[in-house]
Amino acid sequence: MLLKVEALSKHFGGLKAVDGVDFHVNQGEIVAIIGPNGSGKSTLFNLISGTLRPTTGKVLFQGDEITAHKPYRVAALGIKRTFQTTTLFDQLRVVDNLAIGRRVNTKTGFWDALFRTARWRRERDETVGKVLELSGIIGLGDKFFDFVTTLSQEAQKRLAIGIALASEPGLLLLDEPTAGINMEETAEIIELIRKVREAGTTICLIEHKMRMVMGLADRIIVLNYGRKIAEGTPQEISGNQVVIEAYLGGKSIA
Amino acid sequence: MHEYLRKKWFYFLLLLLALVFPLFGPSRLIFTMLILSGIWSIATLGLNLILGYTGQASLAHGAFFGIGAYAVGIMTTRLGLSFWIALPLASFLCAAIGFLIGLPTLRTKGAYFAISTLAFGIIVFIIAGNWSDLTGGHMGLPAIPRPNPIPLPLAGEISFTSPAARYYLVLFFLLLTLWVMHRVVFSLQGYSFMAIRNNENLAEAVGINTFRNKLLSFMVANFFAGLAGGLYAMQLGALSPFITHHVLTFNLIIYLILGGVATLAGPIIGAITVPFIVDALFAIGPYRMVIFGVLLIVSIIYFPRGLMGGLTSLWNRTADYYRHRKDGVRHAAES
Repeated sequence: MLLKVEALSKHFGGLKAVDGVDFHVNQGEIVAIIGPNGSGKSTLFNLISGTLRPTTGKVLFQGDEITAHKPYRVAALGIKRTFQTTTLFDQLRVVDNLAIGRRVNTKTGFWDALFRTARWRRERDETVGKVLELSGIIGLGDKFFDFVTTLSQEAQKRLAIGIALASEPGLLLLDEPTAGINMEETAEIIELIRKVREAGTTICLIEHKMRMVMGLADRIIVLNYGRKIAEGTPQEISGNQVVIEAYLGGKSIA
Repeated sequence: MHEYLRKKWFYFLLLLLALVFPLFGPSRLIFTMLILSGIWSIATLGLNLILGYTGQASLAHGAFFGIGAYAVGIMTTRLGLSFWIALPLASFLCAAIGFLIGLPTLRTKGAYFAISTLAFGIIVFIIAGNWSDLTGGHMGLPAIPRPNPIPLPLAGEISFTSPAARYYLVLFFLLLTLWVMHRVVFSLQGYSFMAIRNNENLAEAVGINTFRNKLLSFMVANFFAGLAGGLYAMQLGALSPFITHHVLTFNLIIYLILGGVATLAGPIIGAITVPFIVDALFAIGPYRMVIFGVLLIVSIIYFPRGLMGGLTSLWNRTADYYRHRKDGVRHAAES
């Protein structure tokens, strides 16, 4: 079990944004978290990645507790995330973005840079090599030296995934990787996500587009009003009465 | 090496000009202004690291400049230390105080960081003006000795009574500062700084310890503020509390913005041109500040990366023009 979340809750005053959620992610899986707007999906990601501190509950990664670790420590342990709105270093170029994404694997500090130590040279060469390879994987090889603002929406989304992938994380959290792009472009992003999984990265993603999730995920977790209301394979979820009511507006909720 | 020279010939030409400049026998006034410009350049390069590359608007830079100046002044007059020992000690003192001040202030962001560092600057100004036993208070700190001469094996010794010697001394430290900045900025460490400037949340999410990196940047920036302050004490030979005043910080920010934020040449261009413009406009008295206000606004709107940014884009455009012309000629020849 790669990631385990136990009875995780986040209360904002009286609002229970996430309310006692349990779930786990196995090595090599694609797990999708779905749910209506405001059901606590993004809050859940923020709790796992350390952006928010949970009110109660535990997060375990590879068996070690990482609850309420700072975001940079969570990232250093190998959990990387993307944001719902495409978030990039928009003053810089593609190569810079990817190199910064890999910064967590390098230890070059002030003195290394000043005296150009062996480590400085080794890590620089290694970074250039890895980043060049990665730019090909995310399909931005020909835009290596382009400024980020000149890229299309969809290319920017691929770059955001690339920044997270650059450090070769054990677990990738994708917050709505296809929000705001058309069907054709969505297909390309899905293709990339599949490729990433085949390369051995476990993925947990939040998604709105049901059709995309059905074809992609191994397991689906459904949230509503901060609670987990269902979990199962895409077939099980699509036939689940509780889920259908939550989405289409039934009378009672869980 | 040949390739290196071919690509960087312009910089070597500038360096050569700077080196031979004293041979043309400039007046004492020009010398003094250039020495001061060199000192402002070092301070502005430091400010550029924390403000330009790391994106944290420290308004305590002038205060650290003043601390460096007073540290050298006090160590050389009251403690009787040699300038050559006092200068590095003062610089490291500024880095250390930067560490202590950074611990609380760097936990705040944006305008709050600016305000808290400004508050620290004002405290330093008050201390410099009122702790008379240490700093001489508002009467100032006079009679700071010149650096001890450096003995040379054959040619006798280098003494620092002549402006030319002090000019070369400041030039040496300016090149040292530039070297440090160049190495740090164009490295993975520099990437960490720029990541924080560009998007602190994303920087944190990719695994950069933003607080630690901001603290590092703040310490290095203050080290060079202190170095510049120490050289200032050496050049003037006397200090007044106004050297720690926040007006100095804003002067440095003007050099940085007009010269070019987040470029290495910008701070130097700004620190050389702006004081000369101020001097040229001396005749119109206080109205020159109005002209500066307009210049600053025009620069921020039309040249957000200052003179250096403007020059670079002009250079690129000319290069493009000539490339296209050449292409055109080749097309004509081929068809």
